[in-house]
Amino acid sequence: MSYVAQRLLTFPLILLGVSILVFVAIRMIPGDAITAMLGTEAGLLTPAQRASLAAYFGIDQPVTTQYFRWAAGLLHGDLGISATYGKPVLQIILDRFPLTLELALLSMLIALLTGIPLGVLAATRNERPSDLMVRILAMLGQSTPSFVLGLLIIYLLSVWFGIVPTMGTFTPLNVDPLANLGQMIFPAITLGFAFAASVTRISRSAMLDVLSDDYIRTARSKGASQRSVVWGHALPNALIPVVTLSGVEFGYLLGGAVIVEQVFALPGLGRLVLDAISQRDYALVQGTVLFIAMNFLIVNLIVDLLYVVLDPRIRLGGK
Amino acid sequence: MTALLSVRDLHVGFGRDPRANEVVRGIGFDLAAGETLAIVGESGSGKSVTALSVNRLVDFGGGRITAGAIVLQRGDGSTLDLAQAEEHTLRHIRGRDIGMIFQEPMTSLNPVHTVGRQIEEAFRLNRGLGGDAARTAAREVLERVRIPDAAARLAYYPHQLSGGMRQRVMIAMALASSPRLLIADEPTTALDVTVQAQIMALLAELREETGMAMIFITHDIGLVAGIADRIMVMQRGVAVEQADTAAVLDHPQHDYTRHLLEAVPHFTAGRATRNDGTRGTATAPLVTVDGLVVRFPVGKGLFRKPGAVHAVDGVDFDLVAGETLAIVGESGSGKSTTARAILGLVQKTRGEIDARAGRSRRPIQMVFQDPFASLNPRLNVESLLAEPAIANGQRKDAALRRRMLVLLERVGLPAEALSRYPHQFSGGQRQRLCIARALMLNPDVVVLDEAVSALDVSVQAQVLQLLIELQREFGLAYIFISHDMAVVERIAHRIAVMFAGQIVEIGAAGAVLADPQHSYTRRLIAAVPAIERRKEHYTVDATQVPSLVRPAGYEPPPAHWREAGPDHRVREESA
Repeated sequence: MSYVAQRLLTFPLILLGVSILVFVAIRMIPGDAITAMLGTEAGLLTPAQRASLAAYFGIDQPVTTQYFRWAAGLLHGDLGISATYGKPVLQIILDRFPLTLELALLSMLIALLTGIPLGVLAATRNERPSDLMVRILAMLGQSTPSFVLGLLIIYLLSVWFGIVPTMGTFTPLNVDPLANLGQMIFPAITLGFAFAASVTRISRSAMLDVLSDDYIRTARSKGASQRSVVWGHALPNALIPVVTLSGVEFGYLLGGAVIVEQVFALPGLGRLVLDAISQRDYALVQGTVLFIAMNFLIVNLIVDLLYVVLDPRIRLGGK
Repeated sequence: MTALLSVRDLHVGFGRDPRANEVVRGIGFDLAAGETLAIVGESGSGKSVTALSVNRLVDFGGGRITAGAIVLQRGDGSTLDLAQAEEHTLRHIRGRDIGMIFQEPMTSLNPVHTVGRQIEEAFRLNRGLGGDAARTAAREVLERVRIPDAAARLAYYPHQLSGGMRQRVMIAMALASSPRLLIADEPTTALDVTVQAQIMALLAELREETGMAMIFITHDIGLVAGIADRIMVMQRGVAVEQADTAAVLDHPQHDYTRHLLEAVPHFTAGRATRNDGTRGTATAPLVTVDGLVVRFPVGKGLFRKPGAVHAVDGVDFDLVAGETLAIVGESGSGKSTTARAILGLVQKTRGEIDARAGRSRRPIQMVFQDPFASLNPRLNVESLLAEPAIANGQRKDAALRRRMLVLLERVGLPAEALSRYPHQFSGGQRQRLCIARALMLNPDVVVLDEAVSALDVSVQAQVLQLLIELQREFGLAYIFISHDMAVVERIAHRIAVMFAGQIVEIGAAGAVLADPQHSYTRRLIAAVPAIERRKEHYTVDATQVPSLVRPAGYEPPPAHWREAGPDHRVREESA
């Protein structure tokens, strides 16, 4: 447990670094916030009006002062007010996050449920036709851009099956689970396809390694069946790289999937950040990026804890 | 009487065209119930492949039986040709009729399952036991292989057990089904010599108890002398000789068997030591080690007690030019750490290491155990040999090249070797390269850390001979780290015996080996397998090496030494 405490202590330091980086980075993009907000109308502003607007948003202060003001708010859990939405940043994020979380979880579920069995199958049939098929499929999954796959899915559904995925208004899971799943399943498949391809490849190579280990031969010498050797003895030893990869991919997905959200018209975190950047909505960009970084840290911590569960050598010390 | 196992004209090949790549080429033998056959040979002789073919595990390593029959008599009296059997039949043969133990206890147990679960699995598969019955059976079989505190050990993971304990767990697993045939593939090669003696004694005892037959694979003909009824000697996939143990050992018929028997360094309790020692004529020691202590701190965590592993705890010795000091001991005794400290590869905690600057700015060089891992595979021999010189600021010029060629010739490799890469050489040739590399800087002292342990016996004998010649020619001093008493007897002038980080006995090789004074030295020598002592019985002894982790601030009690002869000192043992 002291390990978890140690890790948690490093979180504020990392978040401090991220907050400074994003704060500086967004201000380095050419163009100012007021012009971005008002568009062509900004040209009509008098210098005085412009100055008072700048004072209203607090962007007339030196950058360091702005940062400390914002950081002081952070300590109270206040991420600031979004200039575009006129609402607290935290509230906007929390409105959008459930969709992103659900999408990420669904994609990972699809990826693990298809990727691991396919990888194991390919490894046990190394260099045979079924292995080759799986490898081609995995290559395809990793190299197909998500918008191509997304559009293809929409096309197939609507033209061949007459199903039109509901777009526009998003139904949250707690309002109508079925309608929600109907909306989420296709984007989840789109994201899960590439994810599954990576999982397949990594489980295949990890299983190939493990299957040539000495203890697999020992299990066979005891008379264990192929199924017990593969699923009982080999797979638990091959899971560490799968967990590492899934953690990283899941962490990325929690940052939002801009393209898939765009294709399926879903209001997730990805589009929120994209819009916020083009609007120069400083508070919103800073808040979202910090939130995404925090999620990434938590996912990494969970991955490390999973290692401990999976491998007694890490759990109990020793070589 | 029909044989339990009858192998006829067995051929096994590998790769896409197994017939063209045969590793076993026409092996045949019969094994009666309760009988033990030893298959002896060097690496690549096909001995392991023969054994793995018997239970058809060879299929999973890419091997194919291309011809021959392996007829097994089953428990109900029916016979089955294993060479033709289907996988689902074989699955019930494995474990139930044929048990197997392997060479590497470190990697042969599944690291993510407890040993209890792995033993219980054997009972479940072969006896249909489940739940509490399996657990009880697992505990009983662990007791049978003499694992202390068996009930608690069931919950241990393999990495929490020592090598000897793991091998006992492997044996327990193989015994779970009371197999009528046990195949043991080099089961003690990776173990310390005293542990090896215990495992051998245990196997002999269990064989008496159960009446099972055994096939025992080994490279060490001396090891099986005490346990085998018959010996089959294999070379390049064929059996060159097969007869009763006594006949093979006392009247070998084939040249290769004779060669093996001569190449294997037989331990003769100090009668074969060298007599070209330089101690009498030397003026001053080349290296003096005084009060060397190496400790590694442990327990830096918040809740763990701080302490240190006392890897080396107060070691003194000196070394003169032209002399070999062997440091012997088992794993964890601190012998390699001592060597590494002398080269500065590990930080010493305290103590003095004086190396008199002799011919070179780098008077001490090292040769490591594993010739496969200690040469960078991406460098050719020329770059490998040039590296120590370049690291010391020399330029790669004609003189350096001349030195390379001289040394290559001296270690018995052709000049063309310069442009080749490590993978193009055999193990013995690679170790010759490592020796040449160590000599590039013209050192006074070469530290040889288990430098011949990974080599086949006949290659080992050649490399030892080379080392002795080089020593005479260049006046080199060697620090020879080894666990193998028979090898040490061939090369050492003096011997230091290390146990738990300390030297317990040091002196002239002949005196230490012929008249060991310390109880540990005696134990070590008694455990050495020897053809002459094959009738002696070695009792199972479960003494464990003490833990080297000490609480912070612990200092060992001062050593008291007793003179046992002109050059022979023994540490007094506390009662």
